[in-house]
Amino acid sequence: MAQLAINIGNLSLRNPVMTASGTFGYGLEFTDFIDLNRLGAYIVKGTTLLPRQGNDYPRMAETASGMLNCVGLQNKGVDYFCKEIYPQLKDFKSHAIVNVSGSTPEDYAECAARVAELEKIPAIELNISCPNVHDGGMAFGVSCAGAASVVKAVRAAYPKTLIVKLSPNVTDISEIARAVEAEGADSVSLINTLMGMSVDIERRKSNLSIGTGGLSGPCVKPIALRMVHQVAKAVKIPVIGLGGIMNAEDAIEFIMCGATAIQVGTANFIDPAVTMKIIDGMNDWCDQHGVKNIYEIIGVI
Amino acid sequence: MKKYVKKLCVKNVEFLREDYILLRLSDPHDTLPEMLPGQFVQIAVEGSPATFLRRPISINFVDKEKNEFDLLIHAVGDGTRALTRLQEGNTLSCIYPLGNGFRIPPIDEGKKKFLLVGGGVGTAPMLLYGQCLKAAGHEPTFLLGGRSRRDILELERFENIGRTFVTTEDAGMGEKGFVTHHSIWQTETFDSVATCGPKPMMMAVGRMARARQTECFVSLENLMACGVGACLCCVEKTVKGNVCVCTEGPVFNINDLTWE
Repeated sequence: MAQLAINIGNLSLRNPVMTASGTFGYGLEFTDFIDLNRLGAYIVKGTTLLPRQGNDYPRMAETASGMLNCVGLQNKGVDYFCKEIYPQLKDFKSHAIVNVSGSTPEDYAECAARVAELEKIPAIELNISCPNVHDGGMAFGVSCAGAASVVKAVRAAYPKTLIVKLSPNVTDISEIARAVEAEGADSVSLINTLMGMSVDIERRKSNLSIGTGGLSGPCVKPIALRMVHQVAKAVKIPVIGLGGIMNAEDAIEFIMCGATAIQVGTANFIDPAVTMKIIDGMNDWCDQHGVKNIYEIIGVI
Repeated sequence: MKKYVKKLCVKNVEFLREDYILLRLSDPHDTLPEMLPGQFVQIAVEGSPATFLRRPISINFVDKEKNEFDLLIHAVGDGTRALTRLQEGNTLSCIYPLGNGFRIPPIDEGKKKFLLVGGGVGTAPMLLYGQCLKAAGHEPTFLLGGRSRRDILELERFENIGRTFVTTEDAGMGEKGFVTHHSIWQTETFDSVATCGPKPMMMAVGRMARARQTECFVSLENLMACGVGACLCCVEKTVKGNVCVCTEGPVFNINDLTWE
Protein backbone atom coordinates (compact mmCIF):
# COMPACT_ATOMS: atom_id res chain seq x y z
CA MET A 1 0.00 0.00 0.00
CA ALA A 2 1.55 3.25 -1.15
CA GLN A 3 0.96 6.45 0.79
CA LEU A 4 -1.53 8.38 -1.37
CA ALA A 5 -2.58 11.06 1.12
CA ILE A 6 -1.94 14.63 -0.02
CA ASN A 7 -2.59 18.17 1.18
CA ILE A 8 -4.25 21.06 -0.64
CA GLY A 9 -3.58 24.09 1.53
CA ASN A 10 -4.81 23.13 5.01
CA LEU A 11 -6.94 20.37 3.60
CA SER A 12 -5.81 16.75 3.96
CA LEU A 13 -7.11 14.26 1.41
CA ARG A 14 -6.91 10.49 1.91
CA ASN A 15 -5.93 10.18 -1.75
CA PRO A 16 -5.55 12.54 -4.73
CA VAL A 17 -8.75 11.47 -6.50
CA MET A 18 -11.56 14.04 -6.63
CA THR A 19 -14.58 14.32 -8.89
CA ALA A 20 -15.04 17.28 -11.19
CA SER A 21 -17.88 19.73 -10.72
CA GLY A 22 -20.83 19.25 -13.03
CA THR A 23 -20.04 15.60 -13.70
CA PHE A 24 -20.93 14.11 -10.35
CA GLY A 25 -24.14 15.84 -9.30
CA TYR A 26 -24.16 16.17 -5.51
CA GLY A 27 -22.36 12.83 -5.18
CA LEU A 28 -25.61 11.22 -4.02
CA GLU A 29 -26.42 10.23 -7.61
CA PHE A 30 -23.46 7.82 -7.47
CA THR A 31 -23.95 6.04 -4.14
CA ASP A 32 -25.45 2.98 -5.87
CA PHE A 33 -22.16 2.52 -7.72
CA ILE A 34 -19.36 3.63 -5.41
CA ASP A 35 -18.45 4.26 -1.79
CA LEU A 36 -18.24 8.06 -1.58
CA ASN A 37 -16.16 7.68 1.60
CA ARG A 38 -13.24 6.35 -0.43
CA LEU A 39 -12.82 9.49 -2.56
CA GLY A 40 -10.18 12.07 -1.74
CA ALA A 41 -12.92 14.68 -2.19
CA TYR A 42 -15.92 15.27 -4.36
CA ILE A 43 -16.84 18.59 -5.87
CA VAL A 44 -20.55 19.21 -6.11
CA LYS A 45 -22.13 20.93 -9.06
CA GLY A 46 -21.73 24.65 -9.77
CA THR A 47 -23.76 26.59 -7.21
CA THR A 48 -24.88 30.21 -7.54
CA LEU A 49 -26.42 32.67 -5.11
CA LEU A 50 -29.81 32.43 -6.85
CA PRO A 51 -31.35 29.47 -8.71
CA ARG A 52 -30.59 29.19 -12.43
CA GLN A 53 -32.51 27.34 -15.14
CA GLY A 54 -29.46 26.93 -17.38
CA ASN A 55 -29.57 26.95 -21.16
CA ASP A 56 -32.18 25.43 -23.45
CA TYR A 57 -32.03 21.86 -24.74
CA PRO A 58 -30.06 20.56 -26.66
CA ARG A 59 -27.15 20.93 -24.30
CA MET A 60 -24.89 18.12 -25.42
CA ALA A 61 -23.11 16.91 -28.53
CA GLU A 62 -20.98 13.80 -28.65
CA THR A 63 -17.57 13.91 -30.31
CA ALA A 64 -15.26 11.08 -31.32
CA SER A 65 -13.40 11.02 -28.01
CA GLY A 66 -15.33 13.39 -25.85
CA MET A 67 -18.37 15.60 -25.65
CA LEU A 68 -19.50 19.20 -25.75
CA ASN A 69 -21.94 20.60 -23.23
CA CYS A 70 -23.68 23.93 -22.72
CA VAL A 71 -25.63 23.21 -19.54
CA GLY A 72 -25.09 26.76 -18.30
CA LEU A 73 -24.90 26.23 -14.53
CA GLN A 74 -28.43 24.96 -13.94
CA ASN A 75 -28.77 24.72 -10.15
CA LYS A 76 -31.27 25.44 -7.40
CA GLY A 77 -29.15 28.06 -5.67
CA VAL A 78 -27.00 28.11 -2.54
CA ASP A 79 -29.90 28.22 -0.07
CA TYR A 80 -31.32 25.00 -1.52
CA PHE A 81 -27.89 23.43 -1.24
CA CYS A 82 -27.52 24.47 2.40
CA LYS A 83 -31.01 23.34 3.44
CA GLU A 84 -31.69 20.26 1.32
CA ILE A 85 -28.38 18.82 0.17
CA TYR A 86 -25.82 19.60 2.86
CA PRO A 87 -27.61 17.55 5.55
CA GLN A 88 -27.36 14.52 3.27
CA LEU A 89 -23.63 15.04 2.61
CA LYS A 90 -22.25 16.07 5.96
CA ASP A 91 -21.75 12.58 7.38
CA PHE A 92 -19.67 11.15 4.53
CA LYS A 93 -16.02 10.74 5.47
CA SER A 94 -14.58 12.28 2.34
CA HIS A 95 -14.65 16.03 1.83
CA ALA A 96 -17.49 17.66 -0.05
CA ILE A 97 -16.27 20.79 -1.82
CA VAL A 98 -18.73 23.24 -3.32
CA ASN A 99 -18.10 24.73 -6.75
CA VAL A 100 -19.17 28.37 -6.47
CA SER A 101 -20.13 30.51 -9.42
CA GLY A 102 -21.63 33.94 -9.96
CA SER A 103 -22.17 36.99 -12.11
CA THR A 104 -20.37 39.68 -10.12
CA PRO A 105 -17.53 39.58 -7.56
CA GLU A 106 -20.12 40.51 -4.93
CA ASP A 107 -22.43 37.58 -5.54
CA TYR A 108 -19.50 35.16 -5.78
CA ALA A 109 -18.44 36.46 -2.37
CA GLU A 110 -21.94 36.24 -0.89
CA CYS A 111 -22.40 32.71 -2.15
CA ALA A 112 -18.99 31.74 -0.73
CA ALA A 113 -19.88 33.31 2.61
CA ARG A 114 -23.03 31.18 2.83
CA VAL A 115 -21.03 28.03 2.13
CA ALA A 116 -18.42 29.09 4.71
CA GLU A 117 -21.06 28.63 7.42
CA LEU A 118 -21.35 24.93 6.64
CA GLU A 119 -19.08 23.20 9.15
CA LYS A 120 -18.36 20.07 7.11
CA ILE A 121 -17.55 21.85 3.85
CA PRO A 122 -13.82 22.57 4.21
CA ALA A 123 -13.23 24.19 0.83
CA ILE A 124 -14.77 25.79 -2.20
CA GLU A 125 -13.76 25.71 -5.82
CA LEU A 126 -14.33 29.05 -7.48
CA ASN A 127 -15.60 28.70 -11.02
CA ILE A 128 -14.28 31.63 -13.01
CA SER A 129 -14.15 29.57 -16.15
CA CYS A 130 -17.61 28.37 -17.21
CA PRO A 131 -17.79 28.91 -20.98
CA ASN A 132 -21.58 28.52 -21.13
CA VAL A 133 -22.98 31.56 -19.35
CA HIS A 134 -22.98 35.10 -20.69
CA ASP A 135 -22.84 37.00 -17.43
CA GLY A 136 -19.78 36.21 -15.33
CA GLY A 137 -18.30 32.73 -15.52
CA MET A 138 -15.51 32.66 -18.04
CA ALA A 139 -15.66 36.44 -18.50
CA PHE A 140 -13.70 36.74 -15.24
CA GLY A 141 -11.34 33.88 -15.91
CA VAL A 142 -9.88 35.12 -19.19
CA SER A 143 -8.11 38.19 -17.85
CA CYS A 144 -5.72 38.60 -14.94
CA ALA A 145 -7.62 41.63 -13.68
CA GLY A 146 -11.00 39.89 -13.88
CA ALA A 147 -9.74 36.74 -12.17
CA ALA A 148 -7.99 38.77 -9.48
CA SER A 149 -11.11 40.84 -8.77
CA VAL A 150 -13.25 37.78 -8.04
CA VAL A 151 -10.61 36.01 -5.97
CA LYS A 152 -9.97 39.16 -3.94
CA ALA A 153 -13.68 39.57 -3.14
CA VAL A 154 -14.11 35.91 -2.23
CA ARG A 155 -10.89 35.70 -0.21
CA ALA A 156 -12.17 38.48 2.02
CA ALA A 157 -15.43 36.59 2.62
CA TYR A 158 -14.15 33.02 2.79
CA PRO A 159 -11.62 31.87 5.41
CA LYS A 160 -11.30 28.18 4.48
CA THR A 161 -9.45 26.47 1.61
CA LEU A 162 -9.99 28.35 -1.64
CA ILE A 163 -9.42 26.55 -4.93
CA VAL A 164 -9.78 28.53 -8.18
CA LYS A 165 -10.76 26.68 -11.35
CA LEU A 166 -9.03 28.07 -14.41
CA SER A 167 -10.15 28.37 -18.00
CA PRO A 168 -7.98 26.99 -20.80
CA ASN A 169 -9.55 29.51 -23.21
CA VAL A 170 -6.73 32.00 -22.69
CA THR A 171 -3.42 32.91 -24.28
CA ASP A 172 -1.30 32.26 -21.20
CA ILE A 173 -2.88 30.28 -18.38
CA SER A 174 0.14 30.65 -16.10
CA GLU A 175 -0.39 34.44 -15.93
CA ILE A 176 -3.93 33.91 -14.67
CA ALA A 177 -2.69 31.30 -12.19
CA ARG A 178 -0.13 33.76 -10.81
CA ALA A 179 -2.78 36.48 -10.55
CA VAL A 180 -5.11 34.32 -8.44
CA GLU A 181 -2.22 33.06 -6.33
CA ALA A 182 -1.29 36.67 -5.58
CA GLU A 183 -4.83 37.31 -4.32
CA GLY A 184 -4.60 34.46 -1.84
CA ALA A 185 -5.93 31.38 -3.60
CA ASP A 186 -4.81 28.19 -1.82
CA SER A 187 -4.85 26.08 -4.98
CA VAL A 188 -5.76 26.16 -8.65
CA SER A 189 -7.61 23.46 -10.57
CA LEU A 190 -7.34 23.14 -14.32
CA ILE A 191 -8.57 22.80 -16.93
CA ASN A 192 -12.23 23.69 -17.32
CA THR A 193 -13.70 22.81 -20.72
CA LEU A 194 -12.39 24.16 -24.03
CA MET A 195 -14.88 26.12 -26.09
CA GLY A 196 -15.95 24.26 -29.21
CA MET A 197 -18.69 23.68 -31.75
CA SER A 198 -20.55 20.86 -33.46
CA VAL A 199 -22.70 21.26 -36.56
CA ASP A 200 -25.74 19.40 -37.91
CA ILE A 201 -25.03 19.72 -41.64
CA GLU A 202 -28.54 18.61 -42.67
CA ARG A 203 -30.22 21.35 -40.63
CA ARG A 204 -27.30 23.75 -41.16
CA LYS A 205 -27.38 24.55 -37.47
CA SER A 206 -25.27 24.08 -34.38
CA ASN A 207 -26.03 20.95 -32.40
CA LEU A 208 -26.01 23.09 -29.24
CA SER A 209 -28.76 25.51 -28.24
CA ILE A 210 -26.40 28.43 -27.63
CA GLY A 211 -24.15 27.66 -30.59
CA THR A 212 -21.02 26.73 -28.64
CA GLY A 213 -20.20 24.41 -25.78
CA GLY A 214 -17.38 23.22 -23.57
CA LEU A 215 -15.33 20.28 -24.81
CA SER A 216 -14.33 17.57 -22.33
CA GLY A 217 -13.17 13.97 -22.38
CA PRO A 218 -9.97 12.22 -23.49
CA CYS A 219 -9.60 14.54 -26.50
CA VAL A 220 -8.60 17.42 -24.20
CA LYS A 221 -6.08 15.49 -22.09
CA PRO A 222 -2.89 16.47 -23.98
CA ILE A 223 -3.80 20.16 -23.69
CA ALA A 224 -4.70 19.77 -20.02
CA LEU A 225 -1.38 18.03 -19.28
CA ARG A 226 0.57 20.79 -20.99
CA MET A 227 -1.28 23.49 -19.05
CA VAL A 228 -0.90 21.70 -15.71
CA HIS A 229 2.81 21.38 -16.41
CA GLN A 230 3.05 25.09 -17.28
CA VAL A 231 1.08 26.25 -14.25
CA ALA A 232 2.85 23.91 -11.81
CA LYS A 233 6.13 25.59 -12.80
CA ALA A 234 4.62 29.07 -12.46
CA VAL A 235 3.01 28.95 -8.99
CA LYS A 236 3.92 27.68 -5.51
CA ILE A 237 0.40 26.65 -4.50
CA PRO A 238 -0.72 23.08 -5.24
CA VAL A 239 -2.23 22.39 -8.64
CA ILE A 240 -5.23 20.10 -9.17
CA GLY A 241 -5.19 18.55 -12.64
CA LEU A 242 -8.16 17.52 -14.71
CA GLY A 243 -9.13 17.04 -18.31
CA GLY A 244 -9.95 13.70 -19.90
CA ILE A 245 -8.77 11.40 -17.12
CA MET A 246 -10.26 7.96 -17.86
CA ASN A 247 -7.99 5.66 -15.81
CA ALA A 248 -5.17 5.47 -13.27
CA GLU A 249 -2.44 5.85 -15.91
CA ASP A 250 -3.98 9.14 -17.06
CA ALA A 251 -4.06 10.30 -13.45
CA ILE A 252 -0.37 9.42 -12.95
CA GLU A 253 0.47 11.46 -16.07
CA PHE A 254 -1.13 14.52 -14.46
CA ILE A 255 0.71 13.88 -11.17
CA MET A 256 4.02 13.66 -13.02
CA CYS A 257 3.22 16.93 -14.82
CA GLY A 258 2.91 18.63 -11.45
CA ALA A 259 -0.62 18.00 -10.17
CA THR A 260 -0.88 17.28 -6.44
CA ALA A 261 -4.43 15.97 -6.90
CA ILE A 262 -6.60 15.14 -9.86
CA GLN A 263 -10.29 15.34 -10.76
CA VAL A 264 -12.27 12.82 -12.74
CA GLY A 265 -15.02 14.37 -14.83
CA THR A 266 -16.55 13.13 -18.04
CA ALA A 267 -15.37 9.56 -17.32
CA ASN A 268 -18.07 9.38 -14.61
CA PHE A 269 -20.66 9.43 -17.42
CA ILE A 270 -19.13 6.40 -19.11
CA ASP A 271 -18.43 4.39 -15.97
CA PRO A 272 -20.04 5.61 -12.75
CA ALA A 273 -17.61 3.44 -10.75
CA VAL A 274 -14.47 4.70 -12.52
CA THR A 275 -13.19 6.72 -9.53
CA MET A 276 -12.82 3.56 -7.42
CA LYS A 277 -10.85 1.89 -10.22
CA ILE A 278 -8.60 4.95 -10.49
CA ILE A 279 -7.85 4.97 -6.75
CA ASP A 280 -7.04 1.25 -6.79
CA GLY A 281 -5.09 1.58 -10.02
CA MET A 282 -2.93 4.44 -8.71
CA ASN A 283 -2.13 2.42 -5.62
CA ASP A 284 -1.22 -0.63 -7.72
CA TRP A 285 0.93 1.46 -10.05
CA CYS A 286 2.84 2.93 -7.11
CA ASP A 287 3.36 -0.52 -5.58
CA GLN A 288 4.56 -1.98 -8.87
CA HIS A 289 6.99 0.90 -9.42
CA GLY A 290 8.40 1.06 -5.91
CA VAL A 291 6.76 4.42 -5.18
CA LYS A 292 6.09 4.51 -1.45
CA ASN A 293 4.61 8.01 -1.32
CA ILE A 294 2.75 9.78 -4.13
CA TYR A 295 4.78 12.93 -3.41
CA GLU A 296 7.82 11.13 -4.91
CA ILE A 297 6.33 11.51 -8.38
CA ILE A 298 4.52 14.85 -8.20
CA GLY A 299 6.05 17.15 -10.82
CA VAL A 300 8.93 14.84 -11.79
CA ILE A 301 8.76 16.10 -15.37
CA MET B 1 -34.72 1.77 -7.03
CA LYS B 2 -31.11 0.67 -6.83
CA LYS B 3 -29.14 1.08 -10.04
CA TYR B 4 -26.48 -1.37 -11.15
CA VAL B 5 -23.52 -1.25 -13.48
CA LYS B 6 -23.09 -4.80 -14.73
CA LYS B 7 -21.64 -6.93 -17.47
CA LEU B 8 -24.62 -8.65 -19.06
CA CYS B 9 -24.47 -11.52 -21.51
CA VAL B 10 -25.94 -11.39 -25.02
CA LYS B 11 -28.27 -14.42 -25.35
CA ASN B 12 -29.62 -13.67 -28.78
CA VAL B 13 -29.59 -11.08 -31.56
CA GLU B 14 -32.59 -11.18 -33.86
CA PHE B 15 -32.86 -8.92 -36.89
CA LEU B 16 -36.48 -7.78 -37.21
CA ARG B 17 -35.50 -5.65 -40.18
CA GLU B 18 -32.11 -4.72 -41.65
CA ASP B 19 -31.95 -1.74 -39.25
CA TYR B 20 -33.80 -3.12 -36.19
CA ILE B 21 -32.56 -5.75 -33.79
CA LEU B 22 -34.08 -7.43 -30.79
CA LEU B 23 -31.26 -7.90 -28.32
CA ARG B 24 -31.81 -10.49 -25.59
CA LEU B 25 -29.68 -10.01 -22.46
CA SER B 26 -29.17 -12.03 -19.32
CA ASP B 27 -27.23 -11.69 -16.09
CA PRO B 28 -25.15 -14.88 -15.86
CA HIS B 29 -24.49 -14.46 -12.13
CA ASP B 30 -27.46 -12.74 -10.49
CA THR B 31 -31.22 -12.52 -10.63
CA LEU B 32 -32.24 -9.53 -12.72
CA PRO B 33 -33.47 -6.55 -10.69
CA GLU B 34 -37.08 -5.46 -10.96
CA MET B 35 -37.52 -3.38 -14.12
CA LEU B 36 -40.48 -1.07 -14.66
CA PRO B 37 -42.00 -0.36 -18.06
CA GLY B 38 -40.57 2.89 -19.42
CA GLN B 39 -37.24 2.36 -17.66
CA PHE B 40 -34.08 2.13 -19.74
CA VAL B 41 -30.55 0.77 -19.90
CA GLN B 42 -27.37 2.74 -20.64
CA ILE B 43 -25.29 0.50 -22.89
CA ALA B 44 -21.55 0.91 -23.45
CA VAL B 45 -20.77 0.68 -27.15
CA GLU B 46 -17.59 -1.06 -28.26
CA GLY B 47 -16.11 -1.24 -31.73
CA SER B 48 -17.24 2.22 -32.84
CA PRO B 49 -14.42 4.78 -32.74
CA ALA B 50 -16.84 7.67 -33.25
CA THR B 51 -18.92 6.67 -30.22
CA PHE B 52 -17.86 7.97 -26.83
CA LEU B 53 -21.00 7.91 -24.70
CA ARG B 54 -23.33 5.09 -23.74
CA ARG B 55 -26.62 4.66 -25.58
CA PRO B 56 -29.91 4.80 -23.66
CA ILE B 57 -32.23 1.99 -24.78
CA SER B 58 -35.66 1.35 -23.28
CA ILE B 59 -36.62 -2.04 -21.94
CA ASN B 60 -38.89 -3.92 -24.35
CA PHE B 61 -39.78 -7.18 -22.62
CA VAL B 62 -38.85 -9.03 -19.43
CA ASP B 63 -38.86 -12.81 -18.96
CA LYS B 64 -38.38 -13.29 -15.23
CA GLU B 65 -38.45 -17.09 -15.42
CA LYS B 66 -35.55 -17.23 -17.85
CA ASN B 67 -33.82 -14.25 -16.16
CA GLU B 68 -33.67 -12.49 -19.54
CA PHE B 69 -34.89 -9.23 -21.02
CA ASP B 70 -35.12 -7.70 -24.48
CA LEU B 71 -34.08 -4.38 -25.94
CA LEU B 72 -35.38 -3.18 -29.29
CA ILE B 73 -32.62 -1.25 -31.04
CA HIS B 74 -33.01 0.90 -34.12
CA ALA B 75 -29.69 1.42 -35.91
CA VAL B 76 -29.78 5.13 -36.68
CA GLY B 77 -26.19 6.19 -36.06
CA ASP B 78 -22.69 4.82 -35.53
CA GLY B 79 -23.35 3.78 -31.93
CA THR B 80 -26.58 1.88 -32.49
CA ARG B 81 -25.18 0.38 -35.73
CA ALA B 82 -22.27 -1.01 -33.73
CA LEU B 83 -24.78 -2.64 -31.36
CA THR B 84 -26.33 -4.52 -34.28
CA ARG B 85 -22.96 -6.26 -34.75
CA LEU B 86 -23.19 -7.89 -31.31
CA GLN B 87 -23.28 -11.65 -31.23
CA GLU B 88 -24.53 -14.33 -28.89
CA GLY B 89 -22.07 -14.81 -26.05
CA ASN B 90 -20.70 -11.24 -26.13
CA THR B 91 -20.77 -9.28 -22.90
CA LEU B 92 -22.14 -5.79 -22.64
CA SER B 93 -21.63 -3.21 -19.88
CA CYS B 94 -25.04 -1.94 -18.80
CA ILE B 95 -26.17 0.64 -16.24
CA TYR B 96 -29.74 -0.16 -15.28
CA PRO B 97 -32.60 0.08 -14.53
CA LEU B 98 -32.78 3.86 -15.04
CA GLY B 99 -35.62 6.37 -15.03
CA ASN B 100 -39.03 6.45 -13.37
CA GLY B 101 -41.25 4.16 -15.47
CA PHE B 102 -44.97 4.13 -16.20
CA ARG B 103 -47.43 3.85 -13.34
CA ILE B 104 -49.37 0.65 -12.84
CA PRO B 105 -52.38 1.42 -10.63
CA PRO B 106 -53.23 -1.20 -7.99
CA ILE B 107 -56.09 -3.36 -9.25
CA ASP B 108 -58.12 -2.68 -6.10
CA GLU B 109 -58.59 0.86 -7.46
CA GLY B 110 -60.58 -0.89 -10.21
CA LYS B 111 -59.75 -2.56 -13.50
CA LYS B 112 -58.77 0.11 -16.02
CA LYS B 113 -58.62 0.35 -19.81
CA PHE B 114 -55.32 1.63 -21.22
CA LEU B 115 -54.56 2.75 -24.76
CA LEU B 116 -50.85 2.37 -25.45
CA VAL B 117 -49.77 4.22 -28.58
CA GLY B 118 -46.36 3.61 -30.15
CA GLY B 119 -44.51 4.67 -33.26
CA GLY B 120 -41.17 3.41 -34.58
CA VAL B 121 -38.72 2.34 -31.90
CA GLY B 122 -41.11 4.03 -29.44
CA THR B 123 -43.21 0.89 -29.49
CA ALA B 124 -40.50 -0.78 -27.36
CA PRO B 125 -41.63 0.33 -23.88
CA MET B 126 -45.30 -0.13 -24.81
CA LEU B 127 -44.84 -3.90 -25.04
CA LEU B 128 -43.45 -4.14 -21.49
CA TYR B 129 -46.07 -1.69 -20.23
CA GLY B 130 -48.83 -3.84 -21.73
CA GLN B 131 -47.23 -6.96 -20.29
CA CYS B 132 -47.16 -5.45 -16.79
CA LEU B 133 -50.68 -3.96 -17.00
CA LYS B 134 -52.10 -7.30 -18.08
CA ALA B 135 -50.25 -9.11 -15.29
CA ALA B 136 -51.74 -6.62 -12.81
CA GLY B 137 -55.26 -7.36 -14.09
CA HIS B 138 -55.80 -4.29 -16.29
CA GLU B 139 -56.79 -4.19 -19.95
CA PRO B 140 -54.14 -2.83 -22.33
CA THR B 141 -55.01 -2.04 -25.95
CA PHE B 142 -52.21 -1.24 -28.39
CA LEU B 143 -52.23 1.21 -31.26
CA LEU B 144 -49.11 1.03 -33.42
CA GLY B 145 -48.28 3.41 -36.24
CA GLY B 146 -45.83 3.40 -39.12
CA ARG B 147 -45.29 4.62 -42.65
CA SER B 148 -45.84 1.15 -44.08
CA ARG B 149 -46.27 -2.50 -43.08
CA ARG B 150 -42.53 -2.96 -42.60
CA ASP B 151 -42.50 -0.37 -39.80
CA ILE B 152 -44.83 -2.47 -37.63
CA LEU B 153 -42.54 -4.60 -35.47
CA GLU B 154 -43.18 -7.40 -32.97
CA LEU B 155 -46.86 -7.50 -33.95
CA GLU B 156 -47.37 -11.05 -32.71
CA ARG B 157 -45.99 -10.24 -29.26
CA PHE B 158 -48.38 -7.29 -28.93
CA GLU B 159 -51.32 -9.44 -30.04
CA ASN B 160 -50.42 -12.02 -27.40
CA ILE B 161 -50.91 -9.42 -24.70
CA GLY B 162 -53.92 -7.41 -25.85
CA ARG B 163 -56.03 -6.13 -28.71
CA THR B 164 -53.71 -4.49 -31.22
CA PHE B 165 -54.62 -1.91 -33.85
CA VAL B 166 -52.41 -0.55 -36.58
CA THR B 167 -52.27 2.52 -38.79
CA THR B 168 -49.98 2.93 -41.78
CA GLU B 169 -49.59 6.03 -43.91
CA ASP B 170 -49.73 3.97 -47.13
CA ALA B 171 -52.66 1.80 -45.95
CA GLY B 172 -50.46 -1.30 -46.29
CA MET B 173 -51.65 -2.57 -42.91
CA GLY B 174 -54.52 -1.58 -40.62
CA GLU B 175 -56.20 1.77 -41.14
CA LYS B 176 -54.68 4.44 -43.37
CA GLY B 177 -53.14 7.52 -41.77
CA PHE B 178 -51.48 8.47 -38.47
CA VAL B 179 -52.23 6.86 -35.11
CA THR B 180 -54.43 9.84 -34.27
CA HIS B 181 -56.63 9.06 -37.32
CA HIS B 182 -57.56 5.57 -36.10
CA SER B 183 -61.29 4.94 -35.59
CA ILE B 184 -60.74 3.55 -32.10
CA TRP B 185 -60.50 7.12 -30.80
CA GLN B 186 -64.13 7.59 -31.89
CA THR B 187 -65.55 4.21 -30.92
CA GLU B 188 -64.05 3.60 -27.49
CA THR B 189 -63.08 5.41 -24.34
CA PHE B 190 -60.05 4.69 -22.17
CA ASP B 191 -59.09 5.50 -18.59
CA SER B 192 -55.51 6.28 -19.49
CA VAL B 193 -53.38 6.87 -22.58
CA ALA B 194 -49.62 6.32 -22.85
CA THR B 195 -47.41 7.06 -25.81
CA CYS B 196 -43.83 6.84 -27.01
CA GLY B 197 -42.43 7.67 -30.42
CA PRO B 198 -41.55 10.66 -32.57
CA LYS B 199 -42.27 13.94 -30.78
CA PRO B 200 -44.91 15.19 -33.27
CA MET B 201 -46.78 11.91 -32.77
CA MET B 202 -46.62 12.16 -28.99
CA MET B 203 -47.80 15.77 -29.10
CA ALA B 204 -50.74 14.82 -31.35
CA VAL B 205 -51.68 11.90 -29.09
CA GLY B 206 -51.44 14.24 -26.11
CA ARG B 207 -53.91 16.64 -27.77
CA MET B 208 -56.31 13.77 -28.54
CA ALA B 209 -56.20 12.59 -24.93
CA ARG B 210 -56.60 16.08 -23.55
CA ALA B 211 -59.61 16.73 -25.79
CA ARG B 212 -61.16 13.59 -24.30
CA GLN B 213 -60.17 14.58 -20.76
CA THR B 214 -58.19 11.37 -20.46
CA GLU B 215 -54.91 11.31 -18.54
CA CYS B 216 -51.91 10.92 -20.83
CA PHE B 217 -48.33 9.89 -20.12
CA VAL B 218 -45.47 10.23 -22.58
CA SER B 219 -42.02 8.67 -22.57
CA LEU B 220 -39.34 11.05 -23.87
CA GLU B 221 -36.03 10.16 -25.43
CA ASN B 222 -33.90 13.31 -25.12
CA LEU B 223 -30.17 13.11 -25.86
CA MET B 224 -28.33 12.25 -22.68
CA ALA B 225 -24.79 11.66 -21.46
CA CYS B 226 -24.83 10.07 -17.99
CA GLY B 227 -28.35 8.67 -17.49
CA VAL B 228 -28.17 9.14 -13.71
CA GLY B 229 -28.98 12.83 -13.23
CA ALA B 230 -25.44 14.15 -13.02
CA CYS B 231 -24.72 15.85 -16.34
CA LEU B 232 -28.00 17.81 -16.70
CA CYS B 233 -27.87 17.48 -20.49
CA CYS B 234 -31.18 15.69 -21.16
CA VAL B 235 -33.46 18.33 -19.67
CA GLU B 236 -37.06 18.93 -20.68
CA LYS B 237 -38.98 22.11 -19.88
CA THR B 238 -41.74 21.38 -17.39
CA VAL B 239 -44.06 23.36 -15.14
CA LYS B 240 -41.33 22.91 -12.49
CA GLY B 241 -38.60 24.27 -14.81
CA ASN B 242 -35.90 22.24 -16.55
CA VAL B 243 -35.77 18.68 -15.23
CA CYS B 244 -33.67 15.66 -16.18
CA VAL B 245 -35.45 13.19 -18.43
CA CYS B 246 -33.15 10.43 -17.14
CA THR B 247 -34.23 10.71 -13.49
CA GLU B 248 -37.55 12.60 -13.33
CA GLY B 249 -38.62 10.91 -16.58
CA PRO B 250 -38.49 9.48 -19.14
CA VAL B 251 -42.21 9.17 -18.35
CA PHE B 252 -44.08 12.44 -17.82
CA ASN B 253 -47.71 13.34 -17.34
CA ILE B 254 -48.46 15.52 -20.34
CA ASN B 255 -49.89 18.17 -17.99
CA ASP B 256 -46.42 18.63 -16.48
CA LEU B 257 -44.83 19.46 -19.83
CA THR B 258 -44.93 22.86 -21.46
CA TRP B 259 -45.95 21.52 -24.87
CA GLU B 260 -48.49 23.70 -26.66
